[in-house]
Amino acid sequence: MSRIGVFVCHCGLNIAGTVDVEKAARLMSNYPGVIYASDYVYMCSDPGQDMIKEVVKEKKLDGIVVAACSPTMHEITFRNTVASIGLNPYRCEIANIREQCSWVHQDNKEIATEKAVQIIEATVEKLKLDKSLVPLSIPITKKALVIGGGIAGIQASLDIADSGYEVVLVEKNQSIGGHMLQLSETFPTLDCPQCIATPRMVQVGQHPKIKLLAYSEVEEVSGYVGNFKVKIRRKVSFVDWDKCTGCGLCIEKCPVKVLSEFDEFLAKRKAIYTLFPQAVPNKPVIDSNNCLYFTKGKCRACEKNCSVKAINFEQKDSFIEEDVGAIIVATGYDLMDKAEIGEYGYGKYEDVIDGLQAERVLAPAGPTNGIPYRPSDGKIPKEVVFIQCVGSRDPEHYYPYCSKVCCMYTIKQAMLYKHAVPDGQAYVFYMDIRCNGKGYEEFLQRGIEEDRILYIRGRVSKVFKDGDKIEVWGADTLTGRKIEISADMVVLAMAMVPSQGVKKLAEKLRLATDEYGFLTEAHPKLRPVESLTAGCFLAGAAQAPKDIPEAVAQASGAASKVLSLFSQDVFYHEPIIGSVDEEVCVGCGNCVNICAYDAVELDLVTKVAKVNPALCEGCGACSAACPSGAMQQNNFGKRQIFEMVDAFTKG
Amino acid sequence: MRTEISIKNTKSKFLGKVEELSGESIYACYQCGKCSAGCPSISEMDISPSEIIRLVQLGEEKEVLNSKTIWICASCFTCVTRCPKGVDLAKIMESLRQINLRKNVDYVSPLSIPKEILSQVPQIALVSSLRKFSA
Repeated sequence: MSRIGVFVCHCGLNIAGTVDVEKAARLMSNYPGVIYASDYVYMCSDPGQDMIKEVVKEKKLDGIVVAACSPTMHEITFRNTVASIGLNPYRCEIANIREQCSWVHQDNKEIATEKAVQIIEATVEKLKLDKSLVPLSIPITKKALVIGGGIAGIQASLDIADSGYEVVLVEKNQSIGGHMLQLSETFPTLDCPQCIATPRMVQVGQHPKIKLLAYSEVEEVSGYVGNFKVKIRRKVSFVDWDKCTGCGLCIEKCPVKVLSEFDEFLAKRKAIYTLFPQAVPNKPVIDSNNCLYFTKGKCRACEKNCSVKAINFEQKDSFIEEDVGAIIVATGYDLMDKAEIGEYGYGKYEDVIDGLQAERVLAPAGPTNGIPYRPSDGKIPKEVVFIQCVGSRDPEHYYPYCSKVCCMYTIKQAMLYKHAVPDGQAYVFYMDIRCNGKGYEEFLQRGIEEDRILYIRGRVSKVFKDGDKIEVWGADTLTGRKIEISADMVVLAMAMVPSQGVKKLAEKLRLATDEYGFLTEAHPKLRPVESLTAGCFLAGAAQAPKDIPEAVAQASGAASKVLSLFSQDVFYHEPIIGSVDEEVCVGCGNCVNICAYDAVELDLVTKVAKVNPALCEGCGACSAACPSGAMQQNNFGKRQIFEMVDAFTKG
Repeated sequence: MRTEISIKNTKSKFLGKVEELSGESIYACYQCGKCSAGCPSISEMDISPSEIIRLVQLGEEKEVLNSKTIWICASCFTCVTRCPKGVDLAKIMESLRQINLRKNVDYVSPLSIPKEILSQVPQIALVSSLRKFSA
């Protein structure tokens, strides 16, 4: 026979104002298996908890039911209370008589009291069959994987490595740095992004705890928090990076010139190339789609000129495997393709450029050394129109969200243009100007007052070519006029979208994405750097459009989450998980198919289901799907559920 | 209404003249509309005070100089005391009146005032009126 105690909480008047708590306690004291029942004004208070402890000891109780608020509030409190005096915490159950009873039945106290008693009775029936469980302890591999070597990935890697743990940093390009290295200057301080980012990049390259895998991609991920196995593809570069000294002679001698991705197709690079002079690692790769040897079978100029014989045309993709305990995803963003916007010329006018192209045009180290020559004829544009919210805030055609950084970089670009061409004019078409950051609004006012950027409130309806001018048709909703401007160059602040390939990566990591492909955080307010997959964390614009300070802050947040995981030797996992009765299981595989966490598999030898306790999140889907009752959730067994239903329906 | 804007508007002599005479930066205006919201004479105006500034920003010289608004403005300074950016709109209005009057064109000509009115109007009002409205 059980020795159960029932403790009914008043929660001030939250419960006691509707439920007759004294009556409930009185009725429960006569219930089979219940040794003791009482009520108290605030069970969660120290005196309330002390009362529970004393009664458990005095009456030698083997389980308790606390009838109070939702278990999401205080289940952990009361489980810790009983654990402190040696009772198994899983022998403490919460009967929710606040959210599910008193709050919703305030108009009928009698029925509320009756229902509260039934809830407590059902919970007592569940408790009678509850097992004493012990949390699972899972060992942790104290090494982190960071995917993406932009500023967020760099920051996260350095934070973790500086704390003494090993980091594997995977970057798909041949150098880390990301989009930040393409930028002209940074708002609102106008400091040079290369000057502030390259020291961090060099630190990553030199750090003894960071294994930098550039020109690599994550191929496969298996395992679970603390114990991930990651297979990484090292893409073929046709250059033996161990031998290469980075002298650059091969690049100099290469006869092929193609448009440079780093310069956003505004300048040329060679077929063997590094991204930029400060690249980390500073090793070239051969673009086999354009290399003369690969396309025509001749040339080999790079090979002939390499003094250390690092060129290897026979090289193939290689794979390496890493065991890691935590993963940070910092895969960044791309800009939406301007060719998608018909009314702005489908991307076919050379002098209609996007935000990143404008960065290259204005960058002091860009193809034009910061002098804003326009792409079509190399003339300095005298009138430049900037159009904001292109693709953003357009739910009907493209994306409903605000890309967040465009307002600020447009101010910066217009300002830099004016600094380079003082007698020119910059116009900005905007819907709203969103400058919500430290020093941002002041930056805008400086742009308008000192650089006399003319802000025009309205969206541009059409952009078309007329001679060597780009005609812009917009509106000024402040005066209700249609505005026409003959511009020399137009800059489109294209919507930010998740970087290419993030959807595939999300599938490999079992990460949720929103409908646009941005990675979803575990909780929008309270768990903004965690994903719903334990052990996977998010940083930077992969989660949502972000500027540099925000991306860096989130990266440090994600790193600190990894560090707190690594600060323990084992990871404790809730034992309320699925478990299989191997005698009963017929191996139908329903549970395997329904599991969202890949936690169930069929044993190859015995042909019965097997639960990986570390992966199981205890959702109960397998238990519901099991036709034979072999799969049951710990402490939520079918028998327990039936007993609870009986308790509710007996009257 | 179609308006073509170019560097000719944004760097026009007109805009420069307004800034020179008023000593105010036309681009400092947020276009928040607080001046129009509090103007006691707005019911008599054809263009609201904030829109006057916007039209100056856009270089719309004719429309601004032909507006009734600039003459209705009584320089009561309500807008000036309330402007979040410290733009002295009263000075801007005065500069716009000056640009008109300096072409030697009276808005109110002393000769056009009927004698019967002249005999009734308080002298101080007449003097003020001619100071404000005549070249």
